[in-house]
Amino acid sequence: MSFAFATIHELRKQLLAKEVQPKEVVESLLDRISSVDTRIKAYNYLHPERALESAEKADVSLPLGGVPIAVKDLISVRGEPCTCSSRLLEGYIAPYDATVIERLRKAGAILLGRTNMDEFAMGSSTENSAWGVTRNPWDLSRVPGGSSGGSAAAVAAHEAIAALGSDTGGSIRQPAAFCGCVGLKPTYGRVSRYGLTAFASSLDQIGPLTKTVADAALLLESIAGADPRDNTCEPEPAPSFSTKLGEEIRGMTLGVPKEYFVSGIDPEVEAAMQKAIAHLEGLGATLREISLPHTSYSIATYYLVATAEASANLARFDGMRYGRRAPGCDDLLETYGRTRDEGFGREVKRRILLGTYSLSSGYYDAYYLRAQKVRMRIREDFIIAFRDCQAIVTPTSPLPAFRLGERTEDPLQMYLADIFTIAVNLAGLCAISLPCGFTRSGLPIGLQIIGPMRKEETVLQVAYAYEQSTSWHTLQPSLG
Amino acid sequence: MEKSAFPFLPETGAFRYGYSVPTVAIDVAYVAGLARLRLSPEEIETFGNQLEQVLAYVKKLEEVDVQDVVLAGEEKGFQNRLRPDRALPELSPNEAMENAPQRGSGLFLVPRILE
Repeated sequence: MSFAFATIHELRKQLLAKEVQPKEVVESLLDRISSVDTRIKAYNYLHPERALESAEKADVSLPLGGVPIAVKDLISVRGEPCTCSSRLLEGYIAPYDATVIERLRKAGAILLGRTNMDEFAMGSSTENSAWGVTRNPWDLSRVPGGSSGGSAAAVAAHEAIAALGSDTGGSIRQPAAFCGCVGLKPTYGRVSRYGLTAFASSLDQIGPLTKTVADAALLLESIAGADPRDNTCEPEPAPSFSTKLGEEIRGMTLGVPKEYFVSGIDPEVEAAMQKAIAHLEGLGATLREISLPHTSYSIATYYLVATAEASANLARFDGMRYGRRAPGCDDLLETYGRTRDEGFGREVKRRILLGTYSLSSGYYDAYYLRAQKVRMRIREDFIIAFRDCQAIVTPTSPLPAFRLGERTEDPLQMYLADIFTIAVNLAGLCAISLPCGFTRSGLPIGLQIIGPMRKEETVLQVAYAYEQSTSWHTLQPSLG
Repeated sequence: MEKSAFPFLPETGAFRYGYSVPTVAIDVAYVAGLARLRLSPEEIETFGNQLEQVLAYVKKLEEVDVQDVVLAGEEKGFQNRLRPDRALPELSPNEAMENAPQRGSGLFLVPRILE
């Protein structure tokens, strides 16, 4: 079997035992990509020569030595494009490495390529990409989720051993759920955002997409920790996230929020959740109903806060210092207007408009300020809930992967699909999504485990206990 | 000169549409001007309708009692975390300009600002 199908841990063993050379691993992955990526389109950009060159020099004694990793196309890698799947950044070459990239290099990882995404991370389906849609490896007529859909599809289709994504409202966890892999959104401040193209700075976090829970812990260990170049990063060094893997969850109390089991949730998702809850009880955990009373306000809050921050962050894309500039304009303002009109896609424009509106004179208090206050209520809900439980279990998404084109013309419907992931970002918590079943038609279903701030070890411990006592993670999409 | 669709930006002469802007309750053309986006009439109409829907939806936030909420960063005794003001190795001027759409004599060249 090709080395492309290995997990990080399996590959590390083989590399250390010298059963395989890093170069062979990269070649295996490049073969796999060339045989399946014309159907999936997970990658925006590959640099095979550079990956093979890094493989030649790889030090397998390092924590990720010789392991090829794919990176979402909004994280800066020196000397490579960073398009954010936008025409506006066509031709742009990043002049520096993001902190997470420096750390991946230091850990010995091989950078394989850049994965597709919704433009500037705005979307839940990877359909808002200037470079074409990514397809779900389990059903090519369906979306992989988003915005890190390319990273999730690459991992699920074994076009990468693991990948980095970013999560502003669910953009790691929801595509992980749709594609049947593991996605971890770390606590706000856990991972440096230096070199991550900013969408909503108070919500964005970089995190791993992997084939297993143990791989997610290992990859997070390699990228987390204080960074003087990102002042929102926790000043303490990150702990070892793998320490509690394998510890039993007997005696642990897990919360099940009653507000998350409402009408509108797909019956097959709900049935899978009930089974997952029963399974966790079988492992000795106590499941307790909890209440997060402000849940129904989280989407409205998110779409005001995130778009306001986005409208400010995306003001930098003006065609002056980098990126595309509309030619033949008479003056500065026409250049701004045409550059941004021609460069940005529809969803990005829509969100910039909403954000600009909610920050504009006369509307600020009614929209943005109120949303920030409701956000504090949502945060308090979790603080209170975590007095009675160590982690919270929910579905990752109310529905499995939907069909391509099904929701593109109804933004509000698209936004509503993020109902279970968004509150985690608003409250700055950590959460993981892992496979917990399949629909009758063979689509993966994701289980989300939410932890308090800085409790990744707990979330990983529960996820690992569930994963190791089930077999969902061993199932593979049939792509030939 | 065509009539500006942006009464607040009349002097610049930018964002000229040269057509009548569709009427929606939210002045999308005005907001687009603030955001430096030059939209087509079709986009103004579509986005106007979609934004109205989204804004109608977010109205539900008015139901929440936020009277005594203290915002993050406004708590008593809150202190910002400041970093030492120290120069660190950064991009050279040449590296910083590598992606410039237009450059010359070590400077970014930009369209004319003054008439």
